[in-house]
Amino acid sequence: MAAGTAIQVQGVSKRYRLGQGPYLTLRESLSRLVHKGSVSKEEVWALRDLSFDVDEGEVLGVIGLNGAGKSTLLKILSRITEPTAGRSRTRGRVGALLEVGTGFHPELTGRENIFLNGVILGLRRSEVTRRLDEIVAFAGVEQFLDTPIKRYSSGMYLRLAFAVAAHVDPDIVIVDEVLAVGDVQFRQRCLGRMSEFAREGRTVVLVSHDLGSINQICERALWLEGGRLRLDGPSAAVVDAYVRDAVPRGAVSTFDPEPNKPIQLLSAAVSAADSDANDVLRRDRPFAVELRFVVRERIPGLSVAFILETSQGVRVLDEDWGPDMGGELLPAALPQAYSARLVVPPVLAPGDYVLVGWVGTQAGAIVQREVLAFSLLPGPVDTSEAVQRNRVVQPGVRWEVEEIEALDVTEPAADSHA
Amino acid sequence: MQPAASEDAAEARRWVDNEPSGKWFPGIPVAELWAERELALILALKDLKLRYKQTFFGVAWVLLQPLVAVLIFSLVFGRAAGLPTDGIPYPVFAYTGLALWFYFTAAVSSAAQCLLDNKELVAKVYFPRLLAPIASMLPGLVDLAVSLPVIAVFLAIWTVAPGLALLTLPLWVLATVVTALGAGLLLAGLNVRYRDVRFVLGFLIQAWLFATPVVYSISLIKGSWRYLYALNPMASIVAGFRWSIAGGPPPGLEVLVSGGVVVVLLAVGFLYFTHVERSFADVI
Repeated sequence: MAAGTAIQVQGVSKRYRLGQGPYLTLRESLSRLVHKGSVSKEEVWALRDLSFDVDEGEVLGVIGLNGAGKSTLLKILSRITEPTAGRSRTRGRVGALLEVGTGFHPELTGRENIFLNGVILGLRRSEVTRRLDEIVAFAGVEQFLDTPIKRYSSGMYLRLAFAVAAHVDPDIVIVDEVLAVGDVQFRQRCLGRMSEFAREGRTVVLVSHDLGSINQICERALWLEGGRLRLDGPSAAVVDAYVRDAVPRGAVSTFDPEPNKPIQLLSAAVSAADSDANDVLRRDRPFAVELRFVVRERIPGLSVAFILETSQGVRVLDEDWGPDMGGELLPAALPQAYSARLVVPPVLAPGDYVLVGWVGTQAGAIVQREVLAFSLLPGPVDTSEAVQRNRVVQPGVRWEVEEIEALDVTEPAADSHA
Repeated sequence: MQPAASEDAAEARRWVDNEPSGKWFPGIPVAELWAERELALILALKDLKLRYKQTFFGVAWVLLQPLVAVLIFSLVFGRAAGLPTDGIPYPVFAYTGLALWFYFTAAVSSAAQCLLDNKELVAKVYFPRLLAPIASMLPGLVDLAVSLPVIAVFLAIWTVAPGLALLTLPLWVLATVVTALGAGLLLAGLNVRYRDVRFVLGFLIQAWLFATPVVYSISLIKGSWRYLYALNPMASIVAGFRWSIAGGPPPGLEVLVSGGVVVVLLAVGFLYFTHVERSFADVI
């Protein structure tokens, strides 16, 4: 069938009321009936006059900051909630995956949960029966099929939940941040299935904070901002514009005062180290980490260090202000505030990092804690495939590949047969 | 070629709209409910499977609950209070009433809780919300079915022979389901918005029990009071159910009053539920 339209969103707005709990007590409701004047509550427009079409077989990514209306949009597309104004239309069977394992019950066995979840996701029981072996094999839980899933490890649970979701048969697949759970392998598997859905000609709408995935899977992306459509176009262009504009630049965290401690952290910050840029943390530019703290006691041999880890916990830097650098804090007066700053050259791969601050002596740490999390964004030349590779450093290696004279390869081969 | 080329592909390919419904009563999506009937079944099955997991007596509770109640009621009301039972031996009298009453309360309270118990589903999956309270009507029917042979044993022990009236038994059961659904829809809809329902439910069921001839006979209510009494539909239904099994005085014209109330209750339940269901995902 030629590509018709699968989804039409026409001037959709959605209003939520704030300033009240998620639900009212009867008393509040009665008093609102009596005092008609005082009903005006704070309102939030999660979506504002949103319009777009999605063709059959198109793979659409939706990006935006938290609170931009992404999840609300998916809820309206999947008819979980209705718009306050406008209309959303879908054609074909809609499979919405807003959460992995919706409706799973811990007391039920794997098999029972497969049926429960399958039917919830829109399969018929006969269809689940037909696909049961496939689902079980996909999840790799053959031996535990009749065990209550409360005894499953969290990995098994996720695999089973995703296995069911991967075997539904919708025309329109709607996915929210499912890729954000589980380990790297699991995420890759989810991603793979999404691409497969797309290759099978299904319409896919995918919300993710993982811009690399959006780039990789989607040909088109929507950028939502404050409930409105900011940009609609090829995903590479939209993601690029979004990264330049919307991702927070650098990061700062501050700490609560602890007046009784000998050492107290004040703040930690990360920022682009070169001055020309607009403060975006990018893998191809140096960045600086800074820790501010107060020393309240004279402690011999007091020094400071930074540890940098990937979000998967791989330690990539462990740098102390060592004795060879004259590294001892000798406060002139007490208490004394310090700023320790370290510039990291552009060697790390794009990704999420965690900064650990350390203040202590040879005898050990006096303060050691995660002080900051931040992301290094891809450089301008990085392809989405390059971003997806599982690596920690990307120091900009130099390749030297050239043609050299042909060697006589027949001789050693003949040798080996002798 | 379309990927989902199942037999009802053409059916599934129609445009489905999601827009604010201006109407007060958007209607009952009968076709959709039927298409999604397996969801109701599997939710009911889940309920059944979960109910007696990790209990010592397991499914025996289905029988133990009413039997213990019969024992207590027989001692208190049969012996001590000496209530009239229209010539029916008290254990038979009590059990016929209690079996149906237990179904009714189980169905009403599980319907009242059905959306909150499946909060995750309501917030994360689309399905016709009416399915949840409808599914709540089903598990209790299994218990009721199990209790029927026990009633037969009771009848044999106390040598009570049912007459032709037994043929009306399905009618009374159906009426109970409809009444429970009406009340359940109303309570389920209210419960999403007002958690007060949980506290009211206990009192409501208790009061309702006193207003229903479960432990006492409907013949205690004389003359035209009967019509007022029949405003509680369960009064006529329990009395009718008992009459169909164990005999006694046949139901009178007050049944019509109860029938009317059942119809109104069901209509109000549907109206209210479908009116508020659109905002369930937002407020739950």
